Amino acid sequence: MQKQEYKAYAEKKSPNSPLWLNMLKAFLIGGLICVLGEGVRHFYTNWGLSLEEVAAATSITMVFLGVLLTGIGIYDNIAKHAGAGTLVPITGFANSVASPAIEYKSEGYVLGVGAKMFIIAGPVIVYGTVASVIAGLIYYFIH
Amino acid sequence: MTYLWAFIVGGILCVIGQILIDKTKLTPARILVVYVVAGVFLTLVGAYEPLVKLAGAGATVPLTGFGYSLAKGVMKAVEEHGLLGVLTGGLTATAGGIAAAVVFSLIAALIFKSKEKS
Amino acid sequence: MSTKHIGKQTAQLASPPTITETFSVVGSKEGNGPLRTYFDEIVEDNTFGEDSWEKAESKFMSTAIQKVVQKASLSTSDIQYLLAGDLLNQCSSAHYAVRDTNIPFMGIYGACSTMAEGLGLAGLLVDGGFADHAVATTSSHFCSAEKQFRFPLEYGGQRTPTAQWTVTGSGAAVVSAQGGGPYITHVTTGKVVDMGISDVNNMGAAMAPAAADTIAAHFQDTGFGPSDYDLIVTGDLGMVGRQLNIDLLSQQGYEVSDVIDDCGCMIYDFETEDVHAGASGCGCSASVFCSKLIQELRSGAIKRLLFVATGALMSTTAIKQGETIPCVAHAVRIVTDKTN
Repeated sequence: MQKQEYKAYAEKKSPNSPLWLNMLKAFLIGGLICVLGEGVRHFYTNWGLSLEEVAAATSITMVFLGVLLTGIGIYDNIAKHAGAGTLVPITGFANSVASPAIEYKSEGYVLGVGAKMFIIAGPVIVYGTVASVIAGLIYYFIH
Repeated sequence: MTYLWAFIVGGILCVIGQILIDKTKLTPARILVVYVVAGVFLTLVGAYEPLVKLAGAGATVPLTGFGYSLAKGVMKAVEEHGLLGVLTGGLTATAGGIAAAVVFSLIAALIFKSKEKS
Repeated sequence: MSTKHIGKQTAQLASPPTITETFSVVGSKEGNGPLRTYFDEIVEDNTFGEDSWEKAESKFMSTAIQKVVQKASLSTSDIQYLLAGDLLNQCSSAHYAVRDTNIPFMGIYGACSTMAEGLGLAGLLVDGGFADHAVATTSSHFCSAEKQFRFPLEYGGQRTPTAQWTVTGSGAAVVSAQGGGPYITHVTTGKVVDMGISDVNNMGAAMAPAAADTIAAHFQDTGFGPSDYDLIVTGDLGMVGRQLNIDLLSQQGYEVSDVIDDCGCMIYDFETEDVHAGASGCGCSASVFCSKLIQELRSGAIKRLLFVATGALMSTTAIKQGETIPCVAHAVRIVTDKTN
């Protein structure tokens, strides 16, 4: 069997992820996390914070929850089912920062925790920042 | 009513991510990069703001919302500080979330140990 | 002029060495599985009292080495060669495990094929007259493997249906010149086979062609066929790879489905343990061989075994650079009656 032929054959013989079930679980759990976020937003709005303050305080609160659930070992158990439902919300970003921080503690606080904290989430910061600079430049010239 | 929209819009944004995971070769890290970058440019062209108005946290909590904050921040900074704002605006607007992730994660590393899965 | 080499890839041992003793030590998940009664030792705490996963894995291996030598009523000074390797970078589990043993050491790397590689090499050394006793061992640990090859343990990821679960455990075997069997009679060394699979969550599909290649080579070199075996057992192909291996061999005219099994499909309970396509890791074939398989050889339930451990020789760096997964499989023929 040639390589291409085998690759196609192996793919055919390998079970696929249950897409519809995964989509349903991602929708429900991802949606619920956003509802929770909306509750947090209302809480800070009623508290009298300005629009910008509400946005920042909501992010911080959701990040806190993501890190906490990661630390006590629950986030990965939800994510096993939720897939993108726990990956896409900002709690997933928090999980991807906290999990290497905890894992690499055994290699010390500087080269372990400090250096490895962004091994997964780093690209989000890098390309998010770069995209914002490009967007800023475009906006500067058309504005 | 915003709760319902938050649920629906947030849920749909997650479902798109799930389809990308299961149907393409994109790894989770790549998907998150795509989300953030998409959020930035959708905001720049004015397409994301209506979604935030409609769904609130349903649009800001998913990582596209992180891109939304970056873009809104940079646009505001450009208006206020001109060219300098191009570099300062994005991270200023998202500083809270990033600093929270760093500080809370460090504290988590101090307190918690990595645990066995089963 | 080589006198013991037959065909392209096989060594036929002139005075088949004996597998004198084995020892298996596994973690709690493995200890809850269907093979629980076969293992020599089950460790409930998967940190094994250590403060890192890497140290824990090393302790699994050092425990296996110490106890197999004890069990064989030997002392470490009786062992002339120790052949060991594992999955971690620079084979660190093995190096720290053997640090205090004072046994001459040869490090080997065959990923999850390491147990068959070590067993085969030990057989060659003993049959060649270079040793009275040699020990072969390997280990793996779910947590250290996740950390090195995939994600931190607390990271929220979703495993695909083809993903396999790395076994926490170790197995060690003493191979001796004198003894009453089971005997190593043939060693078929595998070639590196890469059929273009790059999905690291589908190791079984990547490794199956290597397993089929080595088994077919073994049949061609020795003249044996599937009916000459009570069991042909592959290392850790899992559900997906097991079937692909059967299909690939069938295409070459070898019908093995009646005599084949896979260690990766034996160690966990698919109903109750969430392991997707099965087990993997060096410790998989090592702990299954050093428990169930060796006991069945001793009891006579199996008289002729072909032990084919399979390894995906992947590097996380090469995969990121767009490479595919090179794989290898080594086969060791073990029988209870050496005239057979």
